[in-house]
Amino acid sequence: MLANLHPDLFLALPEIFLALAAMALLMVGVYQKEEARGGILLAAVLAIVVTLLLVPYRMGDGATAFGGLYISDGFSAFLKILVLLGTALTLVMAHAYNEREGFARFEYPILILFAAVGMLMMLSANDLLSLYMGLELQSLSLYVVASIRRDSLRATEAGLKYFVLGALASGMLLYGASMIYGFTGTTNFDSLAAQLIDMNGSPPPIGIVVGIVFLLAGLAFKVSAVPFHMWTPDVYEGAPTPVTAFLSVAPKIAAIGLLLRVLMGPFEALIVQWQQIIIVVSIASMVLGALAAINQTNIKRLMAYSAIGHIGYAFVGLAAGSEAGIRGVLVYMAIYLFMNVGTFCCILCMRRKGRMTEEIADLAGIGKTNPVIALAMAIFMFSMAGIPPLAGFFGKLYVFLAAIDAELYALAIIGVLTSVVGAYYYLRIVRVMYFEEAEDGLDRAVGREVLFILGSTAAVTLLFFAYPGPLLDVAAVAASALFAG
Amino acid sequence: MHDWPLLSLIIFLPLVGVGFILLIRGEGETQNRNIRNVALWTSLATFVLSTLLWTNFDSSTAAFQFEEKLPWISAFDIYYHLGVDGISVFFVLLSTLLTPICVLASWEAIQKHVREYMIAFLVLETFMVGMFCALDFILFYVFFEGVLIPMFLIIGIWGGPRRIYAAFKFFLYTLAGSVLMLLAILTIFFYADTFDIPTLMTTRLPLEMQYWLWLAFMASFAVKVPMWPVHTWLPDAHVEAPTAGSVILAGVLLKMGAYGFLRFSIPLLPEASVYFTPLIYSLSIIAIIYTSLVALAQTDMKKLIAYSSVAHMGFVTIGIFAGNTQSVEGAIVVMLSHGFVSAALFLCVGVVYDRIHSREISDYGGLVHRMPLYAFVFMVFMMASVGLPGTSGFVGEFLVLLGVFQANTWVAFLAATGIILGAAYMLWMYRRVIFGELTKDTLKRILDLSPREILVFAPLILLVFWMGIYPEPFLDVLHESVGQLVERYELARIASENLALAGH
Repeated sequence: MLANLHPDLFLALPEIFLALAAMALLMVGVYQKEEARGGILLAAVLAIVVTLLLVPYRMGDGATAFGGLYISDGFSAFLKILVLLGTALTLVMAHAYNEREGFARFEYPILILFAAVGMLMMLSANDLLSLYMGLELQSLSLYVVASIRRDSLRATEAGLKYFVLGALASGMLLYGASMIYGFTGTTNFDSLAAQLIDMNGSPPPIGIVVGIVFLLAGLAFKVSAVPFHMWTPDVYEGAPTPVTAFLSVAPKIAAIGLLLRVLMGPFEALIVQWQQIIIVVSIASMVLGALAAINQTNIKRLMAYSAIGHIGYAFVGLAAGSEAGIRGVLVYMAIYLFMNVGTFCCILCMRRKGRMTEEIADLAGIGKTNPVIALAMAIFMFSMAGIPPLAGFFGKLYVFLAAIDAELYALAIIGVLTSVVGAYYYLRIVRVMYFEEAEDGLDRAVGREVLFILGSTAAVTLLFFAYPGPLLDVAAVAASALFAG
Repeated sequence: MHDWPLLSLIIFLPLVGVGFILLIRGEGETQNRNIRNVALWTSLATFVLSTLLWTNFDSSTAAFQFEEKLPWISAFDIYYHLGVDGISVFFVLLSTLLTPICVLASWEAIQKHVREYMIAFLVLETFMVGMFCALDFILFYVFFEGVLIPMFLIIGIWGGPRRIYAAFKFFLYTLAGSVLMLLAILTIFFYADTFDIPTLMTTRLPLEMQYWLWLAFMASFAVKVPMWPVHTWLPDAHVEAPTAGSVILAGVLLKMGAYGFLRFSIPLLPEASVYFTPLIYSLSIIAIIYTSLVALAQTDMKKLIAYSSVAHMGFVTIGIFAGNTQSVEGAIVVMLSHGFVSAALFLCVGVVYDRIHSREISDYGGLVHRMPLYAFVFMVFMMASVGLPGTSGFVGEFLVLLGVFQANTWVAFLAATGIILGAAYMLWMYRRVIFGELTKDTLKRILDLSPREILVFAPLILLVFWMGIYPEPFLDVLHESVGQLVERYELARIASENLALAGH
């Protein structure tokens, strides 16, 4: 028995280690004095770093474990690294903020760790059941984290909204999974794939298609793709900024990874069916993301719509349904991670006379008063708008390459045109920072760690063009892993 | 000498200057002076380096020279591939010549954010030169679009009262056109399996594909040129931009669109170019006549010159698509000549704007009494813009008309009316600004050109006469490359005529 279990445990070492670390820290936290909170956060970051090292070390070559529930391959490893990186960076960013704003509860890093375990599980899911388990572990932690500032009306409202809508989405996902199980008799991805390929082009039973639609609806909610995006602006605005930063990267990347695996794995044979859905969702997300952001005055709401738009672009690569498309999505998400973490660092720096501010108008003239933050922000904004030679351009380039390759011309044209509309609101931030006259400027005191993350993400975004090879090669390996099986 | 990566040096030397400027520390005016000096010397060094391109240029071949090729993004066969031929070499020189002039022209006019200003111009130079040298489509696109960022900031930060509107209009118009070109580039990639421009020039793309691709390229280049009716961003951008911004805009950025037609539309899509020539003719004729009439009605000097730019670029597009040796060479000469003449005209406006802070024609009059030297300089460039024989403007316009006359007499006739109108609005503006009685109180104590300003204008005046009186050195370099271009274009024209005959 033990001999049987052992290799399985070994394969899932990153998840197991992270889960154990989280539980151990929870015990420590409970018995610690209030003052030791900083130590817990540091230990959590350390745990993530160790996991980060374990992931490539334990990278299986498509090996499955626990009776086919769990899979470890290059694809999951690539996305796990992104997720862990996003989690670690946003945790470090949160430190000073939490201390300052007086809600540095020791539960915060631990909840984030549990969410990270859930995300790792999502990325390694090879069965509808393990998929659901990972997703729920992640979601439940996030619901709590979103409203961790329990004496703030906005944060609790955000948490509640997130929970109610998220539970609804989970329900839909579960319903879709049960439909699929009902019509195929299995929940395992490999046997699903085998069954669907066996049908040899004959139209699949309608129940499976309905199941996929529900499954997609549930997952679209998690990545906040239109029309399941409604929660995003409210939660982004209501949640404390470090939480928003976390929400905007790690869970998005994990959910995108899950979506890729589900669609390109078990349901690859049904591409004709799901491709139309993805195209419609992609167009809707790009258009809404571009248009709705124009009138925002709160920068976190603006970032929410920007995230919706970015998911639309990532879906362009997914809609192509090819290896090149998947590679494009992976590159896009990697670049998105750096741009987004960096932007939220800038938002964390938006403090006036000791108080946080989220109004775009408060950025007026910081090009003069806070040149470093303004320069970094400008780099991120031009990059998000997709202007070369910044990293964001290359992200868009690869997904559109895949779309053109798949002859999705209409999708590509709509995509690039919405990126022009999107450029307007990104430029608006540059305008406020540089073209308008300065008021008092923002507070000069910025945490060292925030400045460090800000600087490194800005450097990556700015200089990506000089040496884009490694990321592309790794993404290519990851994408090919998805097509190997 | 040929072992040196000369083009890379020219492209990235300005960035070295940026590095130095970032390091400069100091107090107020000393710091600003150091920054200006570094920017000036960097851009001068770049210019000197770029003249080596011309002296070492082998004008007996149409092939690309000074080539460099390194793998960049191997996953998609994207290369860092540079090279110049007879068509592009002068645009590199034009960019490197105008940058130090811009730095010098902004010496006193720019007092706030000097560091950022000089960095923006040097980065802009890198992108401009890179764009003219790029021989890989993605590399080209990166430089082509990258230009938007520094130019957006230059207009937006150091511009006039409506600068925000102008900066956004400039950015979004250009971006909207360019993204469609990007899709066209990607489509070509999947057909020909390469981004390499020299290879693509010898690839024949299927006819039905060419039409769509041509329109996508047109969307980008027409905005840049700019052609009527998408020219409206230009007057706004010119009026609001600081003097040096207008100089680069008129001198180099407008050429990027026409360069695109020459480099991509005609060699890559010759059949579609033949097919759409009437469209280009019509839009250009409208541009020439309509914008000349609009220029007549302007009260703002910069706006007047901006509209005259649109008209001159109309000549360029006609010349390019008329497609014989004279017209294409003429078009390139018009582009070069317009590059430094319109740049100089904007500098002329800048000179008086720095003194009086007005660009309204009605605020001036009788300047010749106080500023004889200025009146002379202004006159030289005004005459060059009108196309007086002996100036560079004449050579280009004459060659274009000569070539176009062979291709289509009516187009030549209508384009020639533009020259007459051009003379009308330029001379009229000159009269109102320079001649007459000096009655305005604000002008009573205006000073003539300073030594620094003379230094700015001197090389440009020299060029106007050199190119006007002895254009052979310029045309020599062009011959082979243009010859090859025209030959291919001619073949396509014969092919499509045969096709049309077969259709009947």
